[in-house]
Amino acid sequence: MDYSFFTSISLYALPVLFLLILGTGLSRKVKVYDAFVEGAAEGLKATVRILPPLVGLLTAVGVFRASGALDFIIQLLLPAASLLGIPAEAMPLALMRPVSGSASLALVSDIVRMYGPDSYIGRVVSTMMGSTETIFYTLAVYYGAVGIKNIRYTLAAALFADGVSVIASAWICALVFGR
Amino acid sequence: MLNYIWAGMLLVGFAVGILSGRLNEVTQAAFTSAGNAVQLCIGLLGIMCLWSGLMKVMEKSGLVRLIARFASPLMGLLFPKLNGSKKAQGAIVMNLAANFMGLGNAATPLGIKAMEELQKVNAGSDTASDPMCMFLVLNTSAIQLIPATVIAIRMDAGSAAPAEIMACVWFASACAMLAGITAVKLLSGHGRRHALLRGGS
Repeated sequence: MDYSFFTSISLYALPVLFLLILGTGLSRKVKVYDAFVEGAAEGLKATVRILPPLVGLLTAVGVFRASGALDFIIQLLLPAASLLGIPAEAMPLALMRPVSGSASLALVSDIVRMYGPDSYIGRVVSTMMGSTETIFYTLAVYYGAVGIKNIRYTLAAALFADGVSVIASAWICALVFGR
Repeated sequence: MLNYIWAGMLLVGFAVGILSGRLNEVTQAAFTSAGNAVQLCIGLLGIMCLWSGLMKVMEKSGLVRLIARFASPLMGLLFPKLNGSKKAQGAIVMNLAANFMGLGNAATPLGIKAMEELQKVNAGSDTASDPMCMFLVLNTSAIQLIPATVIAIRMDAGSAAPAEIMACVWFASACAMLAGITAVKLLSGHGRRHALLRGGS
């Protein structure tokens, strides 16, 4: 089977999306430039907001890794991970992702810098990061908003879906790009 | 929770560093990492502004609404108990559509609105209803059209093709979504009955 289909979709997606969005906007008489600038200002605010947590968390990750403690944990997880086809280097991210968005962002940028963005591990962690969510935060915000105390099976189902996407990320990257 | 994880990583890191004699490496890593964080944010700034701007154009063009209308037949399948509440359905679709397009700022208020509508149908109980569980599991496993942050990180790290992982992200998300929907469908009804028997809710 030819998997280059996937990479060519990605290649066309961005330019086509630009044409589509701007075309629709103009045809509906939206002040596209004004809207763009308004949105860009929000993007700026969001980026500035993540800087302080990123400094704190990247420092913790950096210290943790430099001390050799991370290597030890990866060694411990290696058998279980390889059984599921997940590269051991991606395991810290898989464990951190449901708990903290900013910490996983720090991990991803650290791993990508370390192994290279176009390596198998770099691609797997990128895919994992893009396809999973900060489950604990989301549940806290939405259930907290309406005062639900008994969340029943929500966490179990969400964590199950998260685990599936971790395994799927490792497999699809191996299929599309090779290891 | 994050307080403990963060402090734990630093404490274990420095302790192991002292024990293994990697004092210099550990100290260096602290300073280098803090600097890297700032560089990362500077690298992210441009593309974050670009995408947030484009997404705003999409929102104002009514594309979010269009997607909401497009998805409404699916809603009946996923939320069979919600036929009575069109308002809840609308808010759910809008939230998922905003998530789909990476409009985090728009998604959260819409999601809270959806939860409020669901809570009305839930008769003010403090136990989550099946539609709420389905909504949150969908929300946490939702497909994002453009994983902008990841692409920005890859670009910043010097990737030759930062966006090449997009289709893989869609595939992995779709798997997660199917797994989540299946889990909710299998588990729904459980626990609720027990709560009712115990006189809860």
